[in-house]
Amino acid sequence: MVIALKPKSSPERRLWRFHGGIHIPDEKALSNGRAIERAPLAARLWVPLQQHIGAPGRPLIAVGDSVLKGQMIAEPTGFISAPVHAPTSGRVVAIEPHPVPHPSGLSAPCALIEPDGAETWAELPPPLADYPQLDPALIRERIRWAGVVGMGGASFPTSVKLTPGTDREIHTLIINGAECEPYITCDDRLMRERAAHILEGVRIMHHLLRVRTVLIGIEDNKPEAIAAMQLALAETDMGGYTEIVTIPTLYPSGGEKQLIRILTGKEVPTSGIPAQIGIVCQNVSTAAAVADAVLEGRPLIARVVTVTGHAIAEPRNLEVPVGTPIEHLIAQCGGYRETPRKLICGGPMMGFELRESTTPITKSTNCLLALAPAEAPDPEPALACIRCGRCAEVCPAKLLPQQLYWNARAKDLDRVQDYNLFDCIECGCCAQVCPSHIPLVQYYRYAKTEIWAREQEKRKSEQARARHAAKQARLERQEQEKQARLRKQKEALAAKPAAAADGDDAKKVLIEAARQRAAERKRSDAAGQD
Amino acid sequence: MLVAILAIAALAAFFGILLGYSAIRFRVEGDPIADQIDALLPQTQCGQCGHPGCRPYAEALAKGEEEINKCLPGGEALVLALADLLGREPVAMDIKEKIPSVAFIEPEDCIGCTRCIQACPVDAIIGAAKQLHAVINSECTGCELCVEPCPVACIQMRPIQEDIQRWRWPYPARQPVESDSAAPLRDAA
Repeated sequence: MVIALKPKSSPERRLWRFHGGIHIPDEKALSNGRAIERAPLAARLWVPLQQHIGAPGRPLIAVGDSVLKGQMIAEPTGFISAPVHAPTSGRVVAIEPHPVPHPSGLSAPCALIEPDGAETWAELPPPLADYPQLDPALIRERIRWAGVVGMGGASFPTSVKLTPGTDREIHTLIINGAECEPYITCDDRLMRERAAHILEGVRIMHHLLRVRTVLIGIEDNKPEAIAAMQLALAETDMGGYTEIVTIPTLYPSGGEKQLIRILTGKEVPTSGIPAQIGIVCQNVSTAAAVADAVLEGRPLIARVVTVTGHAIAEPRNLEVPVGTPIEHLIAQCGGYRETPRKLICGGPMMGFELRESTTPITKSTNCLLALAPAEAPDPEPALACIRCGRCAEVCPAKLLPQQLYWNARAKDLDRVQDYNLFDCIECGCCAQVCPSHIPLVQYYRYAKTEIWAREQEKRKSEQARARHAAKQARLERQEQEKQARLRKQKEALAAKPAAAADGDDAKKVLIEAARQRAAERKRSDAAGQD
Repeated sequence: MLVAILAIAALAAFFGILLGYSAIRFRVEGDPIADQIDALLPQTQCGQCGHPGCRPYAEALAKGEEEINKCLPGGEALVLALADLLGREPVAMDIKEKIPSVAFIEPEDCIGCTRCIQACPVDAIIGAAKQLHAVINSECTGCELCVEPCPVACIQMRPIQEDIQRWRWPYPARQPVESDSAAPLRDAA
């Protein structure tokens, strides 16, 4: 037990560097000074019925139903799927398409819930405080029931990530507290205020994955969060396998592959996942949600969102129920100080613009950013690429952004994949440093979705080909069966003549007999009358 | 002289036998080029190319009897892919490309005649005689072959609604101002 008690300090751990990366003003001071506040309920909540990557959920409610807080309103339909729960008690007023946070600005099915203000909880499953003694499958089932998804942005169902295949051993769990994007401070505040709770979640995940090491990576621009986490860790018995690692601030060190590289020196294979090299990566907010689910039996129905930007009067972090419209959050932060140029969901580098102020927040919305005109000047006109190569110098995925750009621009979708387009994490470093202001990431995103669409079309045409072939085969078979039937009938007819002749004779005899009987009767009748 | 003639004759005979043998031994079943073309075609089986289905068009193309711009659903992308595969010059599409759509049967008007079911090349319409027919949206290729046979004209083609799963990022609107090779540098002064 000596090892378990030995304090681990970060300086002795070797850190690695990922390729490239950039330093950008972090603007975190705008919102990280105030404690997380619970926002009052909005008058109406638009709860998207799918808030995860994977198979869409099946709705369990109908218009007019009363729902209780924490009641499941959409159930998962596959292994990679997650349920959605009612964020508060109230009445379901409508189930209809409503704008959701997505770069397209399109609508998706949402449940419109009018809260009754009572916040009556549904019956919740019992806390599993004795989880170390329980079957891991039971704990995973609980996390799945709670609808926990990756809260760093990808919204991949957490229970799936915590179910490693039997073929590979997971040796390291990495907890992502890097929060490298400018402006965002929700993970920072969460680590400062609820460090013990996060560590409870980490302990559960450690128990499920049976890993040897847990590394919690936090950028060094968050000294308070690091101190709070270290303090909380010292109070637990997790010190033997857990280490809080301070990493240098460099965008995008919070990218999954980049953080793995910094902490372990290992590279995730191209188009592979970290589990292939024995690593699982989870966000700090996800860890807290896992602790909620297992230790308190509470589903994931609320999250901390950073509302920030120079256009917001009082930027801060709010804990809000999922489904709260963004206009409500902005009103809670004192409204706008000036008319924002852009309203962004996520950070300034990887986020996307929101168009509707009634768009709800989801499980994976970490930041709402209202940029003042001074922060988001109009993009300068794009000039020709001068092949300076600065994009390649900063690319954290070691790609060749120039080559990707040429090929994506020429719509050469095969060639662009030869340059490993799908290893691009869309971090935006290349576009940030481009002296010609070329919107590089837009080209990559265009090429990626175009390739996916092409593959989908190919699959569809493959299916159509199979169905057409099946129809042809069926028609042919039916034709053959018809021919066979006709042939059989003909043969039967040909074989019959003799029998048929006999039959005719028999019939004649019968008819003759009947006639004779009738004549007999007539005669006897006549005789009787006489 | 005689030696030379004999040698050439012997060589000719040897290679002739070798070629003849390999033609039998390594015979390829089917038409690999037609297969490759068929894999590129969109498989709507619509017949708008003038052939009864995609496979016959692929075979005609493989024989070099047909133009490469006849496939309407495939559009320009297919013309380019075919030009690439067959080493032919790309030809412009003669008609404008269609927006992707699926058939819709008006339930009020359908009389259950089953004619559309027989016309559908991919069995994407379900129903029976004197029963309401319906289109399986996920299987419909939008070939429009069912529209013509309907005696009460109750089938219409409806454009596929854009949803989040199908949405694609647009091609960047902000293009570099000049051609890349000869971009003038901005005046430093």
